[in-house]
Amino acid sequence: MTLTETLRFMWDILPELLQGLEVTIQLTAMSLAGGFVLAVPVALVRTYTRGPLNWPATAFVELFRGTPLLVQLYVVYYGLPELGFVLDRLLSAWIALFLNSAAYQSEYIRGAIQSVSRGQLLAARALGMRSLTAFRWVVLPQALRLALPSWSNEVAYMVKYVSVVYMIAVGELFTRGQLIITRTWKVGPTLFTVALIYILVVYAVTKVMDHVERRFRIPGLETGVEGREA
Amino acid sequence: MRCVVYILPAAKLTLLVTVMSLAMGFVLGMLLAVARVYGGPVLRFAAASYSRVVRSLPTLVMVFALYYVVLMTDFLGGSRLASAVLALGACSTAYQSEIFRGAIQSLGSGQMLAARSLGMSRPVALRNVILPQAVRLAIPAWSNEAAIVLKDSSLVSAVGTVELFRRAEHVAAATHDWLTAFLAVGLIYFCLTFLTNRGLDWVERRYRLKV
Amino acid sequence: MAEPILRIEDIHKAYGKTKVLRGVSFDVAPGEVVVIIGPSGTGKSTLLRCVNLLTVPDRGRVWLEGVELTDKAVDINKAREKIGMVFQEFNLFTHLTAVQNVMLALTKVKGMKTAEARARAERELEKVGLADKADLYPAELSGGQKQRVAIARALAMNPKVMLFDEPTSALDPELIGEVLEVMQALASQGMTMLVVSHELGFAREVADRIIFLEDGVIAEEGPPEQLFVNPRNPRTREFLYKLTELYGEHGEPKSRGRER
Repeated sequence: MTLTETLRFMWDILPELLQGLEVTIQLTAMSLAGGFVLAVPVALVRTYTRGPLNWPATAFVELFRGTPLLVQLYVVYYGLPELGFVLDRLLSAWIALFLNSAAYQSEYIRGAIQSVSRGQLLAARALGMRSLTAFRWVVLPQALRLALPSWSNEVAYMVKYVSVVYMIAVGELFTRGQLIITRTWKVGPTLFTVALIYILVVYAVTKVMDHVERRFRIPGLETGVEGREA
Repeated sequence: MRCVVYILPAAKLTLLVTVMSLAMGFVLGMLLAVARVYGGPVLRFAAASYSRVVRSLPTLVMVFALYYVVLMTDFLGGSRLASAVLALGACSTAYQSEIFRGAIQSLGSGQMLAARSLGMSRPVALRNVILPQAVRLAIPAWSNEAAIVLKDSSLVSAVGTVELFRRAEHVAAATHDWLTAFLAVGLIYFCLTFLTNRGLDWVERRYRLKV
Repeated sequence: MAEPILRIEDIHKAYGKTKVLRGVSFDVAPGEVVVIIGPSGTGKSTLLRCVNLLTVPDRGRVWLEGVELTDKAVDINKAREKIGMVFQEFNLFTHLTAVQNVMLALTKVKGMKTAEARARAERELEKVGLADKADLYPAELSGGQKQRVAIARALAMNPKVMLFDEPTSALDPELIGEVLEVMQALASQGMTMLVVSHELGFAREVADRIIFLEDGVIAEEGPPEQLFVNPRNPRTREFLYKLTELYGEHGEPKSRGRER
């Protein structure tokens, strides 16, 4: 294949790949959102309670962080039907991804909550705020700001990890690439194009999140909490 | 529980892939980190670009890319296992280079200056002063990385390596009990990551430097 | 003495085996300024926190305006609205500007509308001389300015009593004066104040009564003239002597850090 032919081929498969990218982005956004909604109460329970409320939250986080996403995906997609829950591919993918992300996000938020100084809560209580009011208006906003750098990482991770749902043939970006490969056997150009799209998307995500972090800069709250390292 | 017994032998392969990938990532990641901190502009750029590009790619992309390369060029006898290790190792190299770079930079320039002022050459100072400290500082992050490679090794089942996850699929197909098989393999992974983290915690405490 | 606004009765508090407070009782009259002094680790801060139950005493009772706060049936949050507190470490809400710090409890506790709260907050900041710093974040303020915002934040709630927990101990020496000035003005306007402090100059000038706390009990109390000029308890004499000898009128150095 000449260079022009290769470029021509890459151009031709682009629309199909971009359709896949759309699914990737949808899954990423929905998993991050669903994960966040679950992560906040889990972090709250893990930080402030002990005993019967705490241990299921802790078990959830440890189990989802201690096992591969692929296993979680298979348990939802192939395992749950045995219990009578038959879910379609996309829904299974979303459930596994958002539960997985919730576990990680809750850890970022928990770490951030713990790094908000105790004096903040004390001052809020001294002003007559109830514990939940104090948490909602004093601790949580600071914790979310502190967790933002790790959260930015999580966005990029989700973009990449969504590719795992290829294993149950949800038509996201990577799956589309594989379909093109089995159809055309043009491995190099196809994988190269897929890789290029991932690189651009992750780059864009990083830039956007940098902007968000600057936009929400608060003097005195610059130091972030370490995120998932790799 | 019978499920666990059927699946467990495949843990050998999972651990083999994990350990070899981590070792490859350790050696190459360390080289990249040193290149990024102490190298010239070209070396720095090349090392940073590798890390940036690879960290932008899903592990699955790397797994398939290396699988096709090894298959088509018949490199290392076209072995799936070799392609799996190369892929996970190449990914881990990028992440480990970031870990070690962070650790080296957190040491500050004082350590290198002090070593040079005693007449040590750069490589000697690196080997005897910088790296021994950096490696210890990197242990907590490295422990994380080890657990991630262990979990991501399940992805190489996609190219037909019969490690834990693939073995679980076989067992599930044979018993028609998917839920049990995948819960069982999940349990095995959980124990392995747990032991990995605990083990490295112990190493960290054992070799912690008092400042 | 008039009907006390605040009554502390037989407060005990232990952390594990360490008995920090071992039966402290005293009354505070409306408009009175009481300064609590004593060596580090004798439970002064703990005592102050027992007043608004940020620390729950193991035994003993607290009354505010004849209502027993230690009664389980009392809504302690309602009571805390009436008790302003200023901390050694300021504890300004890091994510909010000065004016937002003052507004937060007005809107979330008192249920005020934002505009009304903002106007009120600006008035309070003006009183402590910080009208022009309203939109700065705590990290952009000096220690003295932070503490004045903290005072404004507490005053905005219309408290009946103000608690000051070593309000100048975390400040650089040159910033102490501006905070003491605000406190002095507050005292002259008739605010009831309970102050833990090592500022002997402030205590001598502003306090109506001084309580010397040692080993979790009141070792001596009385008007400043009595304690400073002619202390009855030799321990009081010794403590005051050491304090003035070592640090002048400005109390302990800041490096000591905070008590529990």
